Amino acid sequence: MSVTSRILSFGAAAVVGAAFAIAPAAAWEPTHPVEIIVPAGTGGGADQMARTMQGIITKHNLSKQPVVVINKSGGAGGEGFLDVKNSKGNDHKLIITLSNLFTTPMATGIPFSWKDMTPVAMMALDEFILWTNAEKPYKTVKDYVDAIKAAPDNTFKMGGTGSKQEDQIITVALQKATGKKMIYIPQAGGGAVAVQLVGNHVDSTVNNPIEAVAHWRAGKLNPLCVFDSKKLDYSEKISGDKSWADIPTCKSAGLDVEYVMLRGYFMPPGVSKDAVAYYIDMFKKVRETPEWKKLMSDGAFNTTFMVGDEYAKWVANAEKVHEDLMKEAGFLAAKSN
Amino acid sequence: MFDDIGNLMHGFAVVLQPQNILLMVVGIVLGVIVGVLPGLGGANGVAILLPLTFSMSPTSAIIMLSCIYWGALFGGAITSILFNIPGEPWSVATTFDGYPMAQQGKAGEALTAAFTSSFVGALFAVIMITLVAPLVASFALRFGPAEIFSVYFLAFCSFVGLSKEPPFKTVASMMIGFALGAVGLDQMTGQLRLTFGSETLIGGFDFLIAVIGLFGIGEILLTMEEGLSFRGKSAKIDLKVVIKTWKELPKYWMLSLRSCLIGCWMGISPAGATPASFMSYGIAKRISKRGNNFGKGEIEGVIAPETAAHAAGTAALLPMLSLGVPGSPTAAVLLGGLLIWGLQPGPLLFVEQTEFVWGLIASMYMGNLVGLIVVLTCVPLFAAILRIPFSVIAPIILVLCAIGAYTVHNNTFDVVMMLVFGVVGYFMKKANYPLAPMVLAIVLGDKAEVSLRQALLGSQGNLGVFFSNALVSTVMTLALIALFWPIIQNGLGRLRGKGAAAPAQ
Repeated sequence: MSVTSRILSFGAAAVVGAAFAIAPAAAWEPTHPVEIIVPAGTGGGADQMARTMQGIITKHNLSKQPVVVINKSGGAGGEGFLDVKNSKGNDHKLIITLSNLFTTPMATGIPFSWKDMTPVAMMALDEFILWTNAEKPYKTVKDYVDAIKAAPDNTFKMGGTGSKQEDQIITVALQKATGKKMIYIPQAGGGAVAVQLVGNHVDSTVNNPIEAVAHWRAGKLNPLCVFDSKKLDYSEKISGDKSWADIPTCKSAGLDVEYVMLRGYFMPPGVSKDAVAYYIDMFKKVRETPEWKKLMSDGAFNTTFMVGDEYAKWVANAEKVHEDLMKEAGFLAAKSN
Repeated sequence: MFDDIGNLMHGFAVVLQPQNILLMVVGIVLGVIVGVLPGLGGANGVAILLPLTFSMSPTSAIIMLSCIYWGALFGGAITSILFNIPGEPWSVATTFDGYPMAQQGKAGEALTAAFTSSFVGALFAVIMITLVAPLVASFALRFGPAEIFSVYFLAFCSFVGLSKEPPFKTVASMMIGFALGAVGLDQMTGQLRLTFGSETLIGGFDFLIAVIGLFGIGEILLTMEEGLSFRGKSAKIDLKVVIKTWKELPKYWMLSLRSCLIGCWMGISPAGATPASFMSYGIAKRISKRGNNFGKGEIEGVIAPETAAHAAGTAALLPMLSLGVPGSPTAAVLLGGLLIWGLQPGPLLFVEQTEFVWGLIASMYMGNLVGLIVVLTCVPLFAAILRIPFSVIAPIILVLCAIGAYTVHNNTFDVVMMLVFGVVGYFMKKANYPLAPMVLAIVLGDKAEVSLRQALLGSQGNLGVFFSNALVSTVMTLALIALFWPIIQNGLGRLRGKGAAAPAQ
């Protein structure tokens, strides 16, 4: 490890260990392969990010030990989270999260929470966009919302990933905003959801940018609005003369719904501060590589990076937001004991 | 069209560079090893070996990765035939006749038939991809939940009633499979089912664990009971067996063609290779003159599922490239590899990345050919494994099974589960309950249920959705005919019988 990175990791450790007045100078390094658990199936957004990072770490020699990606998708990711929760003190295990960090324990009662784990870093926030098939006459959000409002309940079909998870939460929020019920059809993965929309088997989806961008570029899908508080940053032309930055926010278009999803890392409880500092340092180096920047712009990610208390505070707030949303939608698991 | 052929030729030129041919052979050998280890399977194998390719150029890397994929596909057949342990869902049907053949000392024939059929199936599918890629991609888009369910339904229907066991035992076995398949999270409601509060059950029963236990461990228990024959099976170690088998194979061209068509069709529809192999086996059994011999070591029973599975496995790469939806877990990992080189699968991949796409297609041709040569030359070697006495090989298989079961989820509980399935498999065989319907139900039951409920959700409970357009109606009607075929055949037979009898009176 070079002197500069030692200083970097020292700095990072100081940020994380607010409770620790002095971060130890001896740099921790992994002694055997590092596992990244993906609490979702192969090919999804979290899996793509983990595997891209594995590739970047290997290609740029950012770790002396190999990094292994393992999918533990059982029980809406509960399997993966329980594994990490039960690996107390294991410095060689990381888990990449998506919103099921909050929704799975709330909807299924599987006993875990982010508080059972050690927060490491937020790598990015994933955006959600309202998509319709380009053959349909809806050019703006207003066209689509008017069509929904004009039809009876349960006319329009929304496709999404999983049940009682982020896509359905957004759908419930949409229903509240339009005052009409939609039929929500859950699929196993985001890629399949986008293809169902291209094939006209559903009327709209709330796919993440990276899941639908290929179909947008081919002129098959049409983005109506983005569920964030501000427009996306990427002004490179994607489809025709349109870029990510041209998509209006849903709120500005009269649909008052906002949602972003965490793509961040956690570790098991009771891991050493040095190990956390080591991984934060490694992630910082990953963020500097061209491959990572390409992934971010391909997927129009919000590139906010957070560590330490700031990250923990963000997660605590996000949990509260999800609890309110899930409660409102009636998705909370019945308390059995 | 002519542009495409030019591109393909250019692709061949890239693939045929000496360095790339070497990578191909290395990839195939690694792939075969990965495919042979039960449970490790293609997906895990490709994932483990993926980092190896990061230091290469994208074209070399994709050549090596896809060769690992082909190697793993070839390798899956080896354990199915020699030890009755299918490494991948689509190898299950290969065990039905492949394993009995090995038991009769015809392992060499079975392996040669399996490898050659795999090659034929894959080649057929690659040619189809080369010629009609754009057409095929738009066909895949027509599959909504109702259409997907109809394909699963067809797979189940063409399987029921072909079993020699009493139909009730088949149905009972299938129902147990459905019940096991239902354990875990219900995708439609997001609720846990049949887990009884157990944290280890939330992931449900993985197909691989069930299969390694039911077939692998169950088989070892049975063999032990059958008098502990400590002698190895006799198996000729001779390359001539390959030539001899090849002379016989052209006879089955009709069977191969039918299996190729079934495979391509199932591969493009999102159902994939597993239903293709079962359906092809079921239909071959119905149509073949030697249908009664199926399950006792009939070479046709090896050709049919292997051809269809590999045609489907190859054809499934097309939706992956053009729509970005991987057809199998292995394909999903391969997809991850593409993303690392900045290749975004989707409708424009064929337009924007012609060099890459045609290089990949050229490597499909060459990879399969190289793979066939590599595995065929090893046939005597593989067959010779059977000469090792059972007392030596059984503990090795047991250990490999345990490692395989553990690698699926890195979970020790799975090893225990595998042993339990082994005992279950033993008793089911003793009581003459067929295992295949149960395995089929574990693999496809969950997916079939989800697409059924998606379809009904979309139609608000109206069953008419399964006959709402020409595509879905045709598949559903075929399925119903397949289900009631014994009765229909019986009825036809009687009519014909009456017709023949009438003039005599």
